Amino acid sequence: MTRRPRKIDPEIELERYELSEPPLHQFGLERRDFFRLMGAGVAVFLVARDAGAAQQPAGRGPHGRESGGRFHFDERLPENIGAWLHIGENGSVTVYTGKVEVGQNIRTSLTQAVAEELRTAVGTIQLVMGDTALTPFDMGTFGSRTTPTMNLELRRVACAARNLLVAMAAKRWSAKTASLIAADGKISDPASGRSIEYGALARGQTLAKALVAHDPLRPATDWTVAGTSVPKINGIDFVTGKHRYPSDIRRPQMLFGKVLRPPAFGAALDSLSPGEAKTMPGVVVVRDGDFAGVAAPGEYEAERALAVLKAQWKPAPDPQPSNKNLYEYLKSHTEPAEHDGFFGGGSVETGSVEQALASAPVRLDATYTIAYIAHAPLEPRAAVAEWNRGKLTVWTGTQRPFGVRDQLAQAFHIPRSQVRVLMPDMGSAYGGKHTGECAVEAARLAKAAGRPVKLIWTREEEFTWAYFRPAGVIDIRSGADNAGKLTAWEFHNYNSGPSAMRTPYVVPSQRIEFHPVDSPLRQGSYRALAATTNHFARESHMDDLASRLKLDPLEFRLRNLDDERLKAVFQAAAERFGWGKRKSSPARGFGMGGGFEKGGYVATCAEVAIDRARGSVRVVRVVTAFDCGAVVNPNGLRNQIMGANVMGLGGALFEAIEFANGKILNDRFSRYRVPRFSDLPEIEVILVDRKDQPSAGAGETPIVGLAPAVGNAIFASTGKRIRSLPMVPQGLSA
Amino acid sequence: MARVKSLHVNGKQVAIDSDANATLLSVLRDQLDLTGTKYGCGEGQCAACTVLIDGFPRHSCQARVGAVASRKITTIEGIAENGKLHPLQQAFLDEQALQCGYCTSGMIMTGVAFLQAHANPSEDMIRGFMQGNICRCGTYPRILAAFRRAAEMMRKQAG
Repeated sequence: MTRRPRKIDPEIELERYELSEPPLHQFGLERRDFFRLMGAGVAVFLVARDAGAAQQPAGRGPHGRESGGRFHFDERLPENIGAWLHIGENGSVTVYTGKVEVGQNIRTSLTQAVAEELRTAVGTIQLVMGDTALTPFDMGTFGSRTTPTMNLELRRVACAARNLLVAMAAKRWSAKTASLIAADGKISDPASGRSIEYGALARGQTLAKALVAHDPLRPATDWTVAGTSVPKINGIDFVTGKHRYPSDIRRPQMLFGKVLRPPAFGAALDSLSPGEAKTMPGVVVVRDGDFAGVAAPGEYEAERALAVLKAQWKPAPDPQPSNKNLYEYLKSHTEPAEHDGFFGGGSVETGSVEQALASAPVRLDATYTIAYIAHAPLEPRAAVAEWNRGKLTVWTGTQRPFGVRDQLAQAFHIPRSQVRVLMPDMGSAYGGKHTGECAVEAARLAKAAGRPVKLIWTREEEFTWAYFRPAGVIDIRSGADNAGKLTAWEFHNYNSGPSAMRTPYVVPSQRIEFHPVDSPLRQGSYRALAATTNHFARESHMDDLASRLKLDPLEFRLRNLDDERLKAVFQAAAERFGWGKRKSSPARGFGMGGGFEKGGYVATCAEVAIDRARGSVRVVRVVTAFDCGAVVNPNGLRNQIMGANVMGLGGALFEAIEFANGKILNDRFSRYRVPRFSDLPEIEVILVDRKDQPSAGAGETPIVGLAPAVGNAIFASTGKRIRSLPMVPQGLSA
Repeated sequence: MARVKSLHVNGKQVAIDSDANATLLSVLRDQLDLTGTKYGCGEGQCAACTVLIDGFPRHSCQARVGAVASRKITTIEGIAENGKLHPLQQAFLDEQALQCGYCTSGMIMTGVAFLQAHANPSEDMIRGFMQGNICRCGTYPRILAAFRRAAEMMRKQAG
């Protein structure tokens, strides 16, 4: 696990592998176990409406097909179950989903979806999330897929459950289902005045129904719970310190682990001597190939034991690149594009770019560079692993509990049915916790120790041994006519990724290509992944062209757009911002950037304050307009949009991983600056609530407009065009 | 090797058994199961581990337990009184000033001390005092709003 990967790792670069999410699962529970666990009541299992999905051949999809499991119902349960819920005898509703809560607030928004269709109060609903023994299979929580897919799925299962309850009441009363009403956790019959609570209907039952999903669902215009600002579920547990994150899990007899890290990437463990650790009470030293670590009764004892291990490392044979020659390296280490037709924007060629460029009166060629950055979630990777008669249970922070379960099964050569992964709501991830290294390490230590082991990565480990947002180089050549219309657009992305690589602007002749690179650092998903860098390059370039054409940047964009939703967010942001009312000056700059990704439309305007003498750039005001279809939770959405802008400031202005000779040089917060209170601009958010459009995910896309808006504002003030991210790590040069 | 056998935490003297050099953070979390105090960086740069020591906000990842054995320690679990949330805890809920919530304990503990000393702080004062606390989810605007709201609540309470 310490070798530098030579190839793109599909486990951590999911964006390129988001092929489909077939609603497949492995269900390890039998019916009687289910009701023993849940208590009596009514359980509804939702079968995907798309019957074709059930007939997919084995092995389809990036992670293969899950086995059918051993779910013994009276009739064999179909395999393609997307969601299930249970209604208990007291009316409590438990809903099972493989999605996980990482701070994006889906525990709340999904609960709202269930409440809406089940017609019951939010407070009666509990979500069990990301527990591989209890929840339906799910590929993972990434790519802004929860709202467009799981939200819909849970609305459907809730709708099916409601219909079942109505049918049960109708049977009990010999009434017609059409005459009954479900509301406030009750079924009532207006004709007779009778009513019965859901819990009463469920009493004494062990009814499990597999129902085929069917619409209609209540339209967004009629929502009463969805679409409102329901506060964060269990918010009180977070402000009182009661909530248990993965790193807070505690098991009886638990030990504390530490892993011995190589001095540099690619180093191999030549020899290991436990030294004094051998005599420390309760300390277990483990070596397995290149892996070495300790487990001890306390964290302090584990640290001490780790410190006295005597290890000899053999350095990696090849010299390793540094951030100083990164961009030359990326352009000279391209690999053949193995994966054609990437989702999120593949290569495109229309018309003749060469001819269009040759005849364009206005031309611009420019190169943009993007540094590696770290996710730096405030809770580092953490896992508690416990073995019990060959069965492994791991509590860990991950966006892919089922992926980690498979990784564990593989690492220990055991069937996946012997592994259970649980994912308590964790301390954020931003695309950075797709993999299960920490879980595997904790499980290896626990196996050796014969006791549960907790392993929390140190901040330095998190900065070094996780993975990074890919660095990249983007080359753009463009042409426009004298009327301010784009005529040619050539775009090459080296390594950073193809998300949102296609331009939303109308250009007759285009060539857009992604060039994979043998990345010198381990890389993977990040919030919006390459959409941030592709938007930075494209929107900076558009601004540059506007200035060469002597056109207002907003006017130039609108002239080249035909997408009404994108135009609408640009106009909404510009209007609130007061675009054009004040002119940029050497001390103040105004800029904009925006685009489309993952079903969301975003436009951001930024105001920067410049002090040339001190070289300082401060973002003082940001206005973001966002359209993600029908809004599920306005307050939660505003929180995400503000947060995306704040996080985006870091990558835009100063965040960059420095590395050389197989080492990360700025592996801690004292050397890697992240946005703090002093960096905070005034942020205004405009929600364009399109109740006529399906709800899209919103945790990622709002980040993409910030960097180009700030860069364009710096240009407007100073005339200085900065084409690298971060833009001013050392301040603005003279 | 010196061992520490007891600590004063959240108004009570509690038994522990720790090497004097262990961090207060690890003892609170691992021996006393007070896991509301979080590890974030181990170098006093993120303030997720903030607790009050004799009323002052301190990074528990930097404090050796031997050095605080005779001090009064307060953690996030100890600031609600008789089941009533501290005004700043309530304000965090009212403003929905959290996303993943991992920084929340540290923000609140730093803030409790700050608001104790400053009844009517300006926004610049809050920002300056909170500069050492990191929220990676970027919830800063709402945290500022929660501080303003809590300050107002506390002024009203003080009458």
